[in-house]
Amino acid sequence: MDIPYTVTARPDTGVYNAKVGIWLFLASEVMLFGGLFSAYIFLRIGAPAWPGMLGGQLYKTSFDILNVPIGTFNTMVLIASSVTIVMSWASLMMNDFGKYKRYMGLTILCGLAFLVVKAFEYNAKFSHGLFPAEGNFLAIYFTLTGLHGLHVVGGIIVNSYFWGPGSKMWKTDPKRFTNRIEVAGLYWHFVDIVWIFLFPTIYLL
Amino acid sequence: MSDSTHAEDVKKHVRIYIAVFGALAALTVVTVAVAYLHLSIVPALIVALFIASIKGSLVAAYFMHLISEKKVIFALLIFTVIFLAVLFVLTISSYHDQIGGHIVP
Amino acid sequence: MAKNAHNKDLQVAHPETSHAHGEHHPELGFWRKYVFSTDHKIIGLQYGFTALFFLLFGFTLVMIMRWQLAYPGEAIPLIGWLFSEESMPGGVMLPEFYNQLGAMHGTIMVFLGVVPLAVGAFGNYVVPLQIGAPDMAFPKLNMASYWAYFLGGVVMLSSFFVPAGAAKAGWTSYPPLANIETMGQTMWLLGMVFLITSSLLGAINFLTTIIQLRAEGLTFMRFPFFVWAQLITSFLLLLAFPPLEAAAILQLMDRLAGTSFFMPGGLVVSGQVMDISGGGSPLLWQHLFWFLAHPEVYVLILPAMGIVAEIIANNTRKPLWGYKAMVYSVIFLGFMSFIVWAHHMFITGMGTAISAFFQITTMIISIPSVIILSALFLSLWGGSIRFTTPMLFALGFLPMFGIGGLTGLPLGLAPTDIHLHDTYYVIGHFHYVVAPGTILALFAGIYYWYPKITGRSMNDLLGKIHFWGTIICMNFIFMPMFIQGLAGVSRRLYDGGQLYQFAQPVLKWNEVMSIAAWIMGLVQIVFIVNLFMSIRKGKKVSDNPWEATTLEWSATSSPPLAHGNFETMPQVYRGPYEYSVPGNSRDFAPQNEPEEKVSAA
Repeated sequence: MDIPYTVTARPDTGVYNAKVGIWLFLASEVMLFGGLFSAYIFLRIGAPAWPGMLGGQLYKTSFDILNVPIGTFNTMVLIASSVTIVMSWASLMMNDFGKYKRYMGLTILCGLAFLVVKAFEYNAKFSHGLFPAEGNFLAIYFTLTGLHGLHVVGGIIVNSYFWGPGSKMWKTDPKRFTNRIEVAGLYWHFVDIVWIFLFPTIYLL
Repeated sequence: MSDSTHAEDVKKHVRIYIAVFGALAALTVVTVAVAYLHLSIVPALIVALFIASIKGSLVAAYFMHLISEKKVIFALLIFTVIFLAVLFVLTISSYHDQIGGHIVP
Repeated sequence: MAKNAHNKDLQVAHPETSHAHGEHHPELGFWRKYVFSTDHKIIGLQYGFTALFFLLFGFTLVMIMRWQLAYPGEAIPLIGWLFSEESMPGGVMLPEFYNQLGAMHGTIMVFLGVVPLAVGAFGNYVVPLQIGAPDMAFPKLNMASYWAYFLGGVVMLSSFFVPAGAAKAGWTSYPPLANIETMGQTMWLLGMVFLITSSLLGAINFLTTIIQLRAEGLTFMRFPFFVWAQLITSFLLLLAFPPLEAAAILQLMDRLAGTSFFMPGGLVVSGQVMDISGGGSPLLWQHLFWFLAHPEVYVLILPAMGIVAEIIANNTRKPLWGYKAMVYSVIFLGFMSFIVWAHHMFITGMGTAISAFFQITTMIISIPSVIILSALFLSLWGGSIRFTTPMLFALGFLPMFGIGGLTGLPLGLAPTDIHLHDTYYVIGHFHYVVAPGTILALFAGIYYWYPKITGRSMNDLLGKIHFWGTIICMNFIFMPMFIQGLAGVSRRLYDGGQLYQFAQPVLKWNEVMSIAAWIMGLVQIVFIVNLFMSIRKGKKVSDNPWEATTLEWSATSSPPLAHGNFETMPQVYRGPYEYSVPGNSRDFAPQNEPEEKVSAA
């Protein structure tokens, strides 16, 4: 006896198993980032100045320490990748595997571009002696963006698998493969949403 | 997405995806532009979080198809949202209600 | 959820399951079948044996601690030579080692013992069978969940062997103490990240399984109470654990990257001002920690209540009294458990308004607990009770959990909590909930489902010796803690309170408690012997030896091990506890037998 509803939806709930699973996972992720955001608020309302004294220098606003244009560029990159991954799913729904490959490839490239830009940002901080231990602003910045970056890395690994070896399933079980892309997409959109909140709260406020 | 989604519907969706992308890009520009005005913290916070919430909702509603999702998913998410609010509100309000004032770092 | 309650008559099609299982599953090798298995029953057993090992290990730690409390400063006889000179020179325990034992006892019992046994073992083995599913929804995820738990356990155990030993800051790991701790604390945090990951994967799997893989006709209000308990438990794990994971990440940053999330500036350690940026808050850790750790209490107790409900209905041969009220209570309990956490923090300088809020929610949450307990008590009324071994343990649970719950009330009110906070009274309270409460229920579950797992029953006489020995010893261990706590003895004293004038009149109890703990250790040998001996020597029994109604008993005993619980997908016709229905041929009506088969005509 095989496990039912791995591909088709259960009639009374209307969804297949993996969709319930990924939403539950995202719910727990919401609480994970929620815990970190609440830590951020808790520390910030207790701070006399923000970003404050870092490495012996007083910073009045986050603009003085973080590069807003680069952050904006990275936001655009992630938003674009969100569009491309949903387009890759739509291509599969329209039975166009070649288009799927192109869109998924673009998504992976966007993810990598985001990470490369992020690495340059980190490096710029480190080279000025701005390490997490210097103060809570930097501690929050590195911890939150670092954890988000790890999520991006995870997403890139999963997407690359579905772009490469995992895409063989399209030939044997196209419906299930389409579901998998939908689930991978849901995760990737969530990573995008986290950044949509991270960017203004850390870079702009 | 239900099983009944057909290629025709998907084509309609694609147009929506492009429109949502435009909206997201525009809102990003707006939120950065407002930030350069250097408003005081309260209005700045309200504007930034308002725009972020709209952007987040657009992604969730259209890219993640929440707008046409099944009830069971909503049931799960409602509890998540409630407990997230609880975590924020109670933690922060307990910060503001301390005997002997706030922690001085 | 509510929607499904209306779908009683919905005909669910099972295209994938129409063919009988068997031929198309090739025989698996030893490693795939018993070690890296994806079958929920094997994983359940792996969880079970690992968790029982950790329960024994955690109990051993406390048996060593109890020597120090009963006879402070005296060398431990017989086993003293086993320990290194850094922990027990000449067999005499050092304070640092005592702190390690205390912190690791709490951590191991909660995160490696009771939760994995209650959720991982019973949940995995029983839930899919009770809802008529072929397996869990995500078998590979299930395997990953067990191995993450196993790794977490290995990390925790190995932390005893790093320089300066295991974590010493208590199971709550409060900063700043935890932040300035030795390497053992870093191991503790890493171990916790593994354990949290395991719990999250498990919770996702349980929820998906229960929502998606229910048998045809098994609506939510036809669930056995145990399934309800596991459903709510999984919700708590899913949503309460991530904030602790966040907190663990922040504490790791504090310890490894030198940040100050939990560290205020100007801290002086060993006469030196610490070189940190400061600006953090130790209270932040407490909020994030208790946001998990209060729901965790219900993670510990709800599966136990579920087990007890199953056993009581079965052994009184009548339906549970107030099944619906119990279900609504358990939902409400799960919800409320998220908004009571700061009652652990009344003496942190919390203001009166917020403290009033948490006192009110704490009093409210006691109501659903009392409803469930009352319903279980009332279920006994007028039943023809069979005093089987599992029933004895289940009956023992009721008053013990009652004591644990009622002694919690003074701790939930700030004025009394200020006196009782961090005394042995607190220890007595939560041990009554978790040890004579949950652990008795878990033993009940082992005796109850053992025939399903092995096809044989455990020895009844040994079971009864185990029950009476355990429950008597437990009360001798934990009842004196209330006396000591009310006298004001602090929970963290390495010598049990020798140096304090006010503690002198209650010190004599330390010896009583310790001797009771060691006798209880001996009694557990009876259980261990019974558990292993009965695998081969136990009395062979039928598939449904207890004449129970729920679905797991309609599967064959020791069901086949490769995703094949039932010959065909079961069809459910009725609620879970239709015992002694007038007009039926037998005194129980299994959930999957059609009406014409159970009625006398």
